[in-house]
Amino acid sequence: MTAIPLEHVLILACILFTIGFFGVIVRKNTLFMLMSLEVMLNAVGVAFIGAGSVWQQADGQVMFILILTLAAAEVAVGLALLIRLQQRFKSLDIDCLSQLKG
Amino acid sequence: MLLSLLPFYPLISFLLIVLLKKQLSWWQTSVLSVGAMLICAITSLVLLNTLNQAPDGVITSHLWRWFSLSDGDSFASVNFSFYLDALSAVMICVVSCVGFLIHLFAAVYMKEDENFSRFMAYMNLFIVAMLILVLADNLVLLYLGWEGVGLCSFLLIGFWYQEKANVLAARKAFIVTRIGDTSMAIGLFMLFNSLGSVNIVEVNELATAQWQVGNNDAYWICLLLLGGAVGKSAQLPLQTWLPDAMAGPTPVSALIHAATMVTAGVYLIARMNGLFILSPQVMNYVAWIGASTLLLAGFAALVQSDIKRVLAYSTMSQIGYMMLALGAGAWSAGIFHLMTHAFFKALLFLTAGAIIYALHHQQNIFKMGGVLKRLPFESGLFIIGLICLMALPGTSGFFSKEAIIAHLWSSPTAGQALWWCAILGALLTSIYSCRLFFIAFLSKERFSHQVENLSSVGLKISLITLAVLSLVGGFLAPDLSTVFAKASQEVSHMVEPQWLHAVAIATPIIGIVFSWFYFSKYRSVEPMNYQKAEQNQNPIVRFCFSGLGFDRLYEILLIKPFVAIARLNKRDVVDQLVMSLTWYIGLWRDVLVYSQNGLMRWYAAAFAIGLVCFIGGWLL
Amino acid sequence: MIISLLMIGLVLSGGFAWYMETKRSGQAKFIALLATLVLGFSFTLYIVTSPDSFADLVLLTNVTWISVFNIRYMIALDNLSNLLLILTFILTVVAILISWREITHRQGFYYFNLLTTIAGIIGVFTAVDMFLFFFFWEVMLLPMTALIAIWGHENRQFAAIKFFIFTQVSSLLMLIAIIMMAFLHKQQVGQLSFAYEDWLTLTLTADYSYYLMLGFFIAFAVKLPSFPVHSWLPDAHTQAPTAGSVLLAGILLKTGAYGLIRFVIVLFPQASAEFAPIAAVLALISILYGAKMAFAQTDFKRLVAYSSISHMGFVMLALFAFNANAFQGAVITLVAHGLSSAALFAFAGMIYARIHSRDLRQMGGFWRSSPVMGGFALAFAAAAFGMPGLANFIGEFYSLIGAFQRFPLITILAALGIIGSAIYGMLLFQSSFQGPVKNSFIDLSIREGFIAASLFIFLLVLGLFPNLVLQYSYNGGL
Repeated sequence: MTAIPLEHVLILACILFTIGFFGVIVRKNTLFMLMSLEVMLNAVGVAFIGAGSVWQQADGQVMFILILTLAAAEVAVGLALLIRLQQRFKSLDIDCLSQLKG
Repeated sequence: MLLSLLPFYPLISFLLIVLLKKQLSWWQTSVLSVGAMLICAITSLVLLNTLNQAPDGVITSHLWRWFSLSDGDSFASVNFSFYLDALSAVMICVVSCVGFLIHLFAAVYMKEDENFSRFMAYMNLFIVAMLILVLADNLVLLYLGWEGVGLCSFLLIGFWYQEKANVLAARKAFIVTRIGDTSMAIGLFMLFNSLGSVNIVEVNELATAQWQVGNNDAYWICLLLLGGAVGKSAQLPLQTWLPDAMAGPTPVSALIHAATMVTAGVYLIARMNGLFILSPQVMNYVAWIGASTLLLAGFAALVQSDIKRVLAYSTMSQIGYMMLALGAGAWSAGIFHLMTHAFFKALLFLTAGAIIYALHHQQNIFKMGGVLKRLPFESGLFIIGLICLMALPGTSGFFSKEAIIAHLWSSPTAGQALWWCAILGALLTSIYSCRLFFIAFLSKERFSHQVENLSSVGLKISLITLAVLSLVGGFLAPDLSTVFAKASQEVSHMVEPQWLHAVAIATPIIGIVFSWFYFSKYRSVEPMNYQKAEQNQNPIVRFCFSGLGFDRLYEILLIKPFVAIARLNKRDVVDQLVMSLTWYIGLWRDVLVYSQNGLMRWYAAAFAIGLVCFIGGWLL
Repeated sequence: MIISLLMIGLVLSGGFAWYMETKRSGQAKFIALLATLVLGFSFTLYIVTSPDSFADLVLLTNVTWISVFNIRYMIALDNLSNLLLILTFILTVVAILISWREITHRQGFYYFNLLTTIAGIIGVFTAVDMFLFFFFWEVMLLPMTALIAIWGHENRQFAAIKFFIFTQVSSLLMLIAIIMMAFLHKQQVGQLSFAYEDWLTLTLTADYSYYLMLGFFIAFAVKLPSFPVHSWLPDAHTQAPTAGSVLLAGILLKTGAYGLIRFVIVLFPQASAEFAPIAAVLALISILYGAKMAFAQTDFKRLVAYSSISHMGFVMLALFAFNANAFQGAVITLVAHGLSSAALFAFAGMIYARIHSRDLRQMGGFWRSSPVMGGFALAFAAAAFGMPGLANFIGEFYSLIGAFQRFPLITILAALGIIGSAIYGMLLFQSSFQGPVKNSFIDLSIREGFIAASLFIFLLVLGLFPNLVLQYSYNGGL
């Protein structure tokens, strides 16, 4: 098994991150935004794992586990907010939440 | 002691009238104000007598130290002190005696006015300021009196304050004279800066000691002081306020705008004679200003239709004579003319006032006519005034005016041209006097009312006394040789041609004869034709009527631009500029408000772009 | 000690008045008046009986305040501050009397603000630690802003904010300069110090001192106010309640002049001598521009406000002429203008109370119905245009005669301001009291008559016997 070059991993991570980012700013539905956010986090995770395997260090995987935990926590809070949003506005449109505008 | 009390009599009367206004009846107010003036008049005559016996011809009286100006290491104190010499003695006698007679007249004349007590209070206050002006021993105190008379003049011109025209006339008088006052104030600053004193006697002495004739400082100081004199005495170019000032009650015109205040400028120049002789150039200006004013006013008086305006222009022209005299170095003659003029012009104004009153406030001479028959007493007095004005031989005007004219021809600062101006002026004087007399007093009656004669003992006393003074005033020539000892010049009468005096004496008579024929229509024509004559005036007459267009000129040159700029900038352009900062800040606020739209996804995008830029910038 | 007691007394009685608001709001004014009278009299008594001549600064209190920065609570008095303090008390009494009927809304809080402003002003006139000075400078600002913002006229919020921002921004420059001076002291002596007396011993290099001087100058020029930073004044004056205008014109503007005298000229003699021509030109522009703007106004209070700018120009011109006559003139003008402009604003308030307008075009012929008021109005207008015999004339005369020795040309042009003042003075008096009768109303009440008469008597006495003040006026630094 030949090792996958780091460039490929990083390009994949970048593509995933960009997809996730555009998902966040383009989608109005909060659920999809959360999912896109997950994609972005995982893109970072991929980059860490790739880097970890290249340097032969455990740090990359440690970081991935940290990101995983963080993502779980984030999803928990995010879904809670999502439910509040649904209850309050009967909609998942994030643009409903614009009362903080100047 | 007597001297220091002099201004306090009218002051006390003023204060009492102001404080007790409501409680005083007409009788009490009159007694108070006229009585104060009577005491004043007696005191000043006593003072005149005392002065004649005083060894050095000077009485001084120190009240208190007003303030002191520091001049390097030393201090020059400015005192509330009075200084009486022959010159100020003449002035206080004129002010208090003529003032007393006019007060007496006014007490009767203004009896019906609802604001009688206010009127008498102002008149008293005026006398206070005028006495301070003439008695001041330093120029700052003189300036106090100077501004004081200006303020009283303002108050009295605007006495009937509900008429818009009077209010405007009062404002004009005050502001125009204020321009002169400012020039005088600057002159004072300069004077103090260069001589370190404002005391009149000291200044005159120091100037003679320190400066040569023709000194540059002396030139500027004299010029600036002349500015003040010109403003107060209604001379060219600040003469425009005087005809309008006739809006005031007639006793005011007599007291302030004929006998006393307007001659303050003449007094100022005479007072500062030690300074003025150091600047022959300014003396020459004084003479020319006097001469041009006297001609200008003479022409303007020729065509006026309001009796008081005729007299106002004639006052201007007579003060022009005084200025001419001062400019020519005929100091005593100038002051002598000031005195006689005070008598006969006060008489003319008061008689005119009595006539105006009798004709129900009719001031237009074209609507009078035949007054001689209806009001013989007043007319007689008016004729006395007029012959003095014309300077017919034997009257007081004759002595003083001849004294001036005789001095002009060979004076180093005047000369032949000015002599001819004076002669022309005398001719004009007699012509406009005759015209006034023919139109208003001769010919047919052009008024339909009953005449309402003012018959009161007080009034008659004051008018007759003034008439007597006007007639014999020529023999009361004051001896001012001590005051003008240094300033009087050696004049050689050798070069003068023989015919000078003959011409000077004959001029008024020529004027009368000329008018008798030229204005013959005014003696006979029916009322209707006057109105026609009034309407069909040619441009030259209209030009003269408006006082040679100075009002219009100043309006275009000064008033309109000033008002326009003021209007334009009412909102304060500096404020607008400063407040444009708020507009700029507001602009940025709007931009930022737009970015703060509360949309999650915008924030995320902005965050990402910012991060990219930041990292990109960092990497590069 | 006495000064601290005065300030504490004023603030406490103000607080008491505020507390009383909920119980008996009508009593607030009595409390305020009583407190001012008692404190004013005790202060006067103190000066009169004090053995000091107050020719130089007499240090009264010197306590450590913030020891880390060596900031001290230092209070000192000299004749200049005594004079201004007495003026402050006189005008406070006037301000309270003038608000007697005018203020009906939240009276207690109103008097609290009024008295706190006065306490701040007293601090400004007496503090000799610069940090303390700055502190009081801010203390007087805040309640004044509240006075305008709460009890002012129709456009009060705007005016209050404008006033606040102008003074605040400029005083920040002063704060920077103060801190820099403290550090300079550290550089030269080895210890931070904010004390005025310490700063006098500093040696300043030319370039530094010029900028430091500018920092102070701008702050004081805004307060004075001088062209081109004058524009807060007409708005603040117009919108403030009458007592606010009286205090603003009468005392607050004087703090600017006081600062120029005490700090700018004395601390930076060379820099200010270098700057003097510019200051004189600014003063000249203030004089003429103020007079011209006053003429254009149709609002009674705005007119008087612009005339204040013109008069304060004379003060600045005199101060930067650096000679004894001009200096005397500046001091007298401060007092005289304080009294006369306070009187004119009081008249604006009295007229407003009667016809509910400040518009000169709606006035006319008041003399007929209220001659006493007219007489006083004329007297105060005459004071404003420099009638000899009243105090303002002495001030102007001294200022100009002194300034002439240094800046002849500028002084000659400034003298044109005398004509300008006659023009707007006449306009003010004639359009309200003369002309066709448009309104008629009752004449002065006893309270109003008392205000007018007492101010007039002060002006007259000072005008005829100016030595009463001149013999005490501060001569240091010249």
